[in-house]
Amino acid sequence: MGSLPLASAPRFLLRRALTGVLVLWGAVTVTFFAVTAAGGDQIDAILGPQAANLPGLRAQVAAQYGLDRPLVVQYLHRLGDLAVGNLGRSYQRDEPVSRVLSGQVWPTLSLSLSAAVIGLLLALGVTIVSAGRGRLARAGTSVLETLAVAIPPFWLGILLLSLFSFSLRWFPAYGEHGLSSLVLPSLALAIPVAGVLAQVMHQELDLVESRPFVLSARARGNGRLGLVLRHTLRHALLPATTLAAWVLGTLVGGAVLVEKVFSRPGLGTVLVDAVRHRDTPVVSAVVILAAAVFVVANTIADLLYPVIDARLREPVAA
Amino acid sequence: MSMSTSPSLTTAPAGADRAGTRTTAGRRAALAAGILVAAAVGALLLLPGVLAPYPPDTNDVAHTFAAPGAHHYFGTDQLGRDVFSRVVYGTRYSVLTGLVATAIGVLGGSVLGLAAAAGARLVDTVIMRLTDVWLAFPEVLLALLVIALIGTGPTQVAVAIGVAAVPYYARLVRGQALAVMRAEYVEAAKILGVPPWRYLIRHVLPNVGGPVVVLASLGTGSAVAAAAGLSLLGLGPLPPTPDWGVMLAEGQSYLANAWWIAVFPGVALVLVVLAATLIGRSLQARSVR
Repeated sequence: MGSLPLASAPRFLLRRALTGVLVLWGAVTVTFFAVTAAGGDQIDAILGPQAANLPGLRAQVAAQYGLDRPLVVQYLHRLGDLAVGNLGRSYQRDEPVSRVLSGQVWPTLSLSLSAAVIGLLLALGVTIVSAGRGRLARAGTSVLETLAVAIPPFWLGILLLSLFSFSLRWFPAYGEHGLSSLVLPSLALAIPVAGVLAQVMHQELDLVESRPFVLSARARGNGRLGLVLRHTLRHALLPATTLAAWVLGTLVGGAVLVEKVFSRPGLGTVLVDAVRHRDTPVVSAVVILAAAVFVVANTIADLLYPVIDARLREPVAA
Repeated sequence: MSMSTSPSLTTAPAGADRAGTRTTAGRRAALAAGILVAAAVGALLLLPGVLAPYPPDTNDVAHTFAAPGAHHYFGTDQLGRDVFSRVVYGTRYSVLTGLVATAIGVLGGSVLGLAAAAGARLVDTVIMRLTDVWLAFPEVLLALLVIALIGTGPTQVAVAIGVAAVPYYARLVRGQALAVMRAEYVEAAKILGVPPWRYLIRHVLPNVGGPVVVLASLGTGSAVAAAAGLSLLGLGPLPPTPDWGVMLAEGQSYLANAWWIAVFPGVALVLVVLAATLIGRSLQARSVR
């Protein structure tokens, strides 16, 4: 991350992509061996308790899913399959995992992304409004931030539902009705994340505030707002960018729970169903997809650093 | 209060000192509040019967969906059970799960972190790359994967959350241990021929403790919340249990006419998370000073 002359951006990108591929390979390997080691007998999971004791059937199923091959062969097949985008076959539904997930990825992703945008806007808003104000304002926002971070999104969802859907009837309580049904779940996910981001940005602003360049900017006649927007906010954005991948992961994870609360379609329902039936191909596919999202988000964050902070464009990094 | 140790504060304008005193006072109040809540939670955990006016599972069909009031502080649920008593008894399930999960995370993380810090370079590399991969999975999804592998239930939920937390502790312990291992007393122990496992446990581990306690305090809060979330999904304890997540799931069906069933367990949950956060942050501020 340190030094990054713009000319070497392609090489940097290549290195990042390579690291990303390695992390993904690790993710696939870890899930594969975790499933084979801890999964006990996967054939039991496929057949269910009733049919698990029929010997002929077991051999047949083992052959069908390729579970009778040596572990190394299974692993190599798994890698090869994933390389061409084949996520495996669901035990429970007996159809390709990609078909099980296909309709469910977008609702979850749209929920997570809208929550990310709302969360970032909320955090920016709070930071800009409160930055450079008195001690009381700082303490007040700090309390709000701590509270926002402590509230689990799924319970916040229940609160919002209870207030805005059942008492005030402003928003639909359940299901998918376009944008209006996206508002409350996005807010439920966004507010805790906004709390974390605002905390991080505030912390950085507090550090920056006493630097000489802030004093000189103020001496040049910059007002409170101008100072924040033109000078100090940039600094606060940097640690927030570092958190981007973590935020996205948290949102996808939280979405699973929030979807349950709002009875929304999405990965949540499919995933919990799969977890309950020990349908490991579906679960590991979702986990691997989430790891891929994490890797991509991290790479984008790395590319954003020099855009936000000019010092990172030159060999002498701060 | 030594402000001069922090380089960024040396240039602070006059009056910052007073602000510093105030934040310390605020911090102390926050720590006191956190400890108070934690003590109350501990009491509920050990002796729920003292505070709960009713048993957690006695149905009272004549008084279903009673609003919060003098008889039932938090109202009653669809079976006429006292929500307040259920929240009190629920502490045992929800908080305990979080504590066990954190213990698993700390234990696993300490073993991995110490091994990485003390082991050969190859061991270190393998463990650190493993935590890289580990951290690429969102915690909730990783916990779900573990549950898919080992099955549902309260113990499984604790294990799953603990496993998802391991890499954070592993990295922290490794970093701290590397710093401590350069200390003279560790060098001395090495020279004296003390075997690695012994000086690691006797000399390194105790000095790694501080930051780990901070992270564990913060982590307990999120572990309790995660446990409630997984219970809400129906992967933890089963319905008659007064677990907070189970109560949320049950109460959610009656939000239209009885908000209190799902709201109060959540309040308890938020209080616990807040207490854990406040304690963790105060300890952190102390160790930084």
